[in-house]
Amino acid sequence: MRESLGTMSVPSAEQQRQRRTVETIDLADVTVRFSGDSGDGMQLAGTQMTNTSAIFGNDVCTWPDYPAEIRAPVGTPAGVSGFQLHFGSHKLRTPGDRVQALVAMNPAALKVNLADLEPGGILVVNEDAFTAGNLKKAGYTSNPLDDGSLSGFRVHRVPIERLNAEAVADTGLTGRAVGRCKNFFALGLTYWLYDRSMEPTLKWIEEKFGTLPAVAAANARALKAGYYFGETAEMFEARYFVRKATLPPGRYRRATGNEALALGLVTAARLAGKTLFYGSYPITPASDILHELSRLKHYDVRTFQAEDEIAAVTSCIGAAYAGAIAVTGTSGPGLALKGEAIGLAVMTELPLVVIDVQRAGPSTGMPTKPEQADLSQALCGRHGESPVCVLAAGTPADCFDLAIEAVRIATEFMTPVVLLSDGYIANGAGPWRVPELSALPMLTVRHPKAGEPFEPYQRDERLSRPWALPGTPGLQHRVGGLEKTDITGHVCYEPQNHEHMVRLRRQKIDNIARTLPPLEVLGRRDAELVVVGWGSTYGAITTAVEHCQAEGLSVSSIHLRYLDPLPPELGTLLPRFGRVLIPENNLGQLRRHLRAELPVDPLGFNKVQGKPFAVGEIEAKIREVLKGK
Amino acid sequence: MPADVTLPQLTAKDYASDQEVRWCPGCGDYAILAQMKKVLAEVGIPREKLVFVSGIGCSSRFPYYLETYGLHGIHGRAMAVATGVRVANPDLSVWVVTGDGDGLSIGGNHFIHTMRRNVDVKVLLFDNRIYGLTKGQYSPTSPQGKKTKSTPLGAIDYPLHPLSVAIGAEATFVARTIDVNVKHLAEVLKRAAEHRGTAFIQIYQNCVIFNDGAFEYATDKPTKDDTTLYLEHGKPLLFGRDRRQGIRLNGMTPEIVTLGEGVTEADLLVHDEKADDPSLAYLLSRMHHPQFPEPMGVFRCVQRPTYEDLLMGQVQSAIEAHGPGKLEDLFAEGETWDVS
Repeated sequence: MRESLGTMSVPSAEQQRQRRTVETIDLADVTVRFSGDSGDGMQLAGTQMTNTSAIFGNDVCTWPDYPAEIRAPVGTPAGVSGFQLHFGSHKLRTPGDRVQALVAMNPAALKVNLADLEPGGILVVNEDAFTAGNLKKAGYTSNPLDDGSLSGFRVHRVPIERLNAEAVADTGLTGRAVGRCKNFFALGLTYWLYDRSMEPTLKWIEEKFGTLPAVAAANARALKAGYYFGETAEMFEARYFVRKATLPPGRYRRATGNEALALGLVTAARLAGKTLFYGSYPITPASDILHELSRLKHYDVRTFQAEDEIAAVTSCIGAAYAGAIAVTGTSGPGLALKGEAIGLAVMTELPLVVIDVQRAGPSTGMPTKPEQADLSQALCGRHGESPVCVLAAGTPADCFDLAIEAVRIATEFMTPVVLLSDGYIANGAGPWRVPELSALPMLTVRHPKAGEPFEPYQRDERLSRPWALPGTPGLQHRVGGLEKTDITGHVCYEPQNHEHMVRLRRQKIDNIARTLPPLEVLGRRDAELVVVGWGSTYGAITTAVEHCQAEGLSVSSIHLRYLDPLPPELGTLLPRFGRVLIPENNLGQLRRHLRAELPVDPLGFNKVQGKPFAVGEIEAKIREVLKGK
Repeated sequence: MPADVTLPQLTAKDYASDQEVRWCPGCGDYAILAQMKKVLAEVGIPREKLVFVSGIGCSSRFPYYLETYGLHGIHGRAMAVATGVRVANPDLSVWVVTGDGDGLSIGGNHFIHTMRRNVDVKVLLFDNRIYGLTKGQYSPTSPQGKKTKSTPLGAIDYPLHPLSVAIGAEATFVARTIDVNVKHLAEVLKRAAEHRGTAFIQIYQNCVIFNDGAFEYATDKPTKDDTTLYLEHGKPLLFGRDRRQGIRLNGMTPEIVTLGEGVTEADLLVHDEKADDPSLAYLLSRMHHPQFPEPMGVFRCVQRPTYEDLLMGQVQSAIEAHGPGKLEDLFAEGETWDVS
């Protein structure tokens, strides 16, 4: 067994033994994936390496990919959980197309992830898990470690379970608790391979398990054992190092999209000087927003875990009527259930933010896999003429800014705002530059005071109605789902009034366009091709377009954060480009929207696999379109 | 309130809005509206502190007729809307007006969960055992066999007993009253106004168009004394024109007995609305016409912290533990690093 420790496919074990010193190679960026059973702690290992790299000063971008089942049958491909980390010395916008290093804790993890490992990539396998039983569960008929099928990779067979057990032997842990440390062994080994400091993770272990000294000691021991194993085992021909990135100066922290949304909502409520009410029903992948907000009660955050999606949104309508910044968060199935209530918020013209962290549908679909297929639902998914403002975040950090923007629009225009995110950016993390308080926008919310002249549906220049609060003497009024008389708000069935009110409500949403920031174009405004995207395709599209521009191709890109209303200059801008290409993780929902709204006929590039676009896929499509011209 | 502040005493009329009331002539809703305004004036809740929330149905037009704040929502969701109002501003007095379709059918889920949370809202369920606004289909409280537009051969559903459900869902105040007994109606509304926590009132309400006479047994002079039993806390359960009949427990089962024939008041079941154990209230909620007189009044009235008290308690203790949150602290949570 010892003999096999240093076995590698390329270069040979003999070559490696002859090498006395291990060189360190500088790389601009690296993509690593940890994969194992969903109970193997791969998400934790990945998160730790992300933090460590971010603290060191790299740019980071992550993609946690995990199954919907909390504990799918152990050892099967269905239960494989992966965490991909891209860290670099330059600006990163995606978690990487292919991985340069794959850690596979069992045969199923190898089977599921091998296709993403680049040729000649580093493969670290937990040799102990490659038993006949596990191979069978993974669907292997022969052991890939022995049958030559991995000859195109640099394979490192490490008996992680045994070495981990030896390392933690005298910490007092027994049985399954011992095995639970093995992710730290794998992490330690990866830290050595990429020359990462163990300090941030050791500090985290100390804080996390401070009250369980045996667990803390064992995890620390496993981490160090993995690291020193890398140093002494002489199995790796080289170590790799990624220098600090040159990020804009400032203070940074790591944030996932869901964390950034929670931070943004708390910030917005504070900027508006109001209570934040968050009514939500647990749903993947939006639940983390509820978790984050529920521990921030000292910021005057009131969270309400409702009995269902409908109670979540209708409690928000009540809270908005009573004067809170009211927000509900959900995913596609929940947005469908909230549709009728959003219509009520349209009719009562109350401020409401609805967050949809999209996942693959329809129906239950693939709950943990990202997709962008709720755009049409957000734009149109209500009965009647029921316009709402629709925004979409492009990156985890963008979630913070758009949460504030959603609250601004909702309160300024007295309207529901749907803010779209998706599982990819919700769980993915990147560095987030902590804003200066003075740089944050002002949110001015005004309520009519007692004694002021007041009509519930008397509109201002934006067509927004006054937000009068219960408790204010003399301003008693009734709102509801029945059609309103203009100005007075009394129930009304007059034909002309209804059409007038329908048009006013649409015009009010259109008026939001006057308050939007100018649209940015990456590249020339008259290129042969413009790639238009929305939501989480931002990273892949931008990176692909930059690569193509560097090659001299005539291509630009536009990222849309505002979907309804659309940025006003879009209609004159798009026809100036030769072609318009829209990559989307759906069958063409933005394409259909733009065709309906603007004089353009874009090309679609659609991928609906519960997986984001790879940069290379978009680059290839850009070349194909430009060549075909 | 400081003694030197004198507020104008409002009357029932002051709680009426300028909107024309549009229920069918003879509808039981008129009586409820009249008693509601009277009770609000009597209890003295300022108009601006009141929020009436409703769903969809005849009863749900109620908020338009009151000079208070009001939110006429969507079908079945009034209790969830009201929860949001109360949590956002616990200073408000929040009332829900719903019906047997709105509150028990499409809104059944919110009914259960509002009760169990003990949100401080008063829920008035106008029970006419029929769908009125959609013109006459059977409702969850319609008796089995009821012939309606959607059940020409008679309803086959077993009816739901809202008081039993409310008690099962841990409601802290549960009562029943009837539209035509305006004195009792006012008393019960007043008790609800004074209760802290969810107050649930089933109001028998006659629909003159689609279910006229549904509660005749309980309202007609010749029968009402034998078919209803008015509950009084601490008093034995007596009913009948000469109050000679009572309810006695035979093991776990209630039975009707007549005083005199070897039976005295001391043998009768004594009402205890404050009993922490809901069993007695539940037993009363299972007494139905025609087997038993139907109890009217307060079945259960117990004290328990409200949802919003507990929530605001958590907010307060979080502020005490961490100080009132500052954005700069929020941003600096976890590990941060500086790039220069």
